[in-house]
Amino acid sequence: MIELNKENFEEEVLKAEGPVLVDYWGPTCEPCKALMPHIHELAEKYGDKVKFASLDITKARRLAIKQKVLGLPAIIMYKDGEEVERLAESEATAEAVEEMVKKYI
Amino acid sequence: MSDIYDVIIIGGGPAGLAAGLYASRSRLKTLILEKEKMGGQIVTTDEVANYPGSIENASGPSLIKRMVEQAEEFGAEIKLDEIKEVDFEGKIKVLKGSKGEYKAKSVIIATGAQPRKIGCPGEAEFTGRGVSYCATCDAAFFEDMEVFVVGGGDTAVEEGMYLTKFARKVTIIHRRDELRAAKSIQEKAFANEKMHFMWDSVVKEIKGDGIVESMVVENVKTGELTEIVADEEDGTFGIFVFIGFLPNTQLFEGIIDMENGYIVTDQDMKTNIPGVFAAGDVRAKSLRQVVTATGDGAIAAIQAEKYIEENFEE
Ligand SMILES: Cc1cc2nc3c(=O)[nH]c(=O)nc-3n(C[C@H](O)[C@H](O)[C@H](O)COP(=O)(O)OP(=O)(O)OC[C@H]3O[C@@H](n4cnc5c(N)ncnc54)[C@H](O)[C@@H]3O)c2cc1C
Repeated sequence: MIELNKENFEEEVLKAEGPVLVDYWGPTCEPCKALMPHIHELAEKYGDKVKFASLDITKARRLAIKQKVLGLPAIIMYKDGEEVERLAESEATAEAVEEMVKKYI
Repeated sequence: MSDIYDVIIIGGGPAGLAAGLYASRSRLKTLILEKEKMGGQIVTTDEVANYPGSIENASGPSLIKRMVEQAEEFGAEIKLDEIKEVDFEGKIKVLKGSKGEYKAKSVIIATGAQPRKIGCPGEAEFTGRGVSYCATCDAAFFEDMEVFVVGGGDTAVEEGMYLTKFARKVTIIHRRDELRAAKSIQEKAFANEKMHFMWDSVVKEIKGDGIVESMVVENVKTGELTEIVADEEDGTFGIFVFIGFLPNTQLFEGIIDMENGYIVTDQDMKTNIPGVFAAGDVRAKSLRQVVTATGDGAIAAIQAEKYIEENFEE
């Protein structure tokens, strides 16, 4: 999984071709930490077809807000740099994320 | 018989963990099933000041970490799976999860509760876009911005105080003209310069373009509507909702006796079905806290042990 930050977000997500999944998380967000291992599993399983990346929002708060993310966890699927789908807070379960990924492979 | 547990506990919050600790300590073959994250609601809070023995900096996660370790130490097994269906007809109870099927001689329901929603237009649309039910998850977004906390109980005021560490201003919106929170919490809140209060008020609508930009608040006494608009420079504000809970009991509707959605038990945590117990926030009771959840869990486990002794031959 790619660790995103202010410097590489544009290049890795907004200018990227094809599907990119971004896991927005934070170190004090317990639901995010519970979800993270499942996202890693999905990255193993589907990583050849979808790019998996994560962004710690405490290091790039403005950037997250610009992406209209104001709550965690948020799992957003981008395609050719455009947001196409997102799962926010309690919707972001391991199963729901896998369902979403399957749609874009 | 080896795949049949003595007791299966549905839910890995404080009630389920305490039940797991007591049951496994009694040498019962014990399984705790948790659908999402160990610890339940309490892991979303930064400070647990009222659990006896929890010292000053006891956060929800640190307290739960110790509870999990303790339950596992006595031999409780923990699995991540969500129970979707239950069959309590036979002497052996059957639980169906997304990953598998589980069987047990007795069951302890400790599925807890989840936050109640305001139910106003815009709330669902802006969840994760300014509307939040978890301060520790989302406080960091609002550093030096404004946030509103809806509610007037312990949780609302305490989470509001936590938010003052991030936001420049925290306004409690409460539908009555006084708080319900414990007096000591109120005193701290009134002494905090960053805390403000909007009395007799309810949120009627939340608006914005992709993120929260404004909300309409009604004064319940005068009927007057006020629109609160985000500071131009900030462009947004947070709305944190703590107005009570809804029990996680849909699974048991029509199977177990309930009262307003909460499971009814006697003082031994027995439900109307022999061998099925309930513990914690999911029960109809007067105080929903960690201390009462763990107490319930302990009683349920000991009663499950008694039930097994009386109903199953070795
Ligand atoms: C923000 C906040 C702050 C709080 N602060 C305090 C405090 O300072 N002091 C205090 O004493 N209390 C506090 N509380 C209350 C306290 O968290 C609860 O009383 C306590 O967590 C109840 O424990 P429980 O085990 O009954 O339920 P829960 O904590 O709700 O746990 C239930 C668990 O069951 C799981 N579950 C539900 N359905 C299923 C299913 N079908 N299959 C598998 N698993 C399932 C859930 O995922 C959850 O993990 C606070 C609550 C909140 C939200």
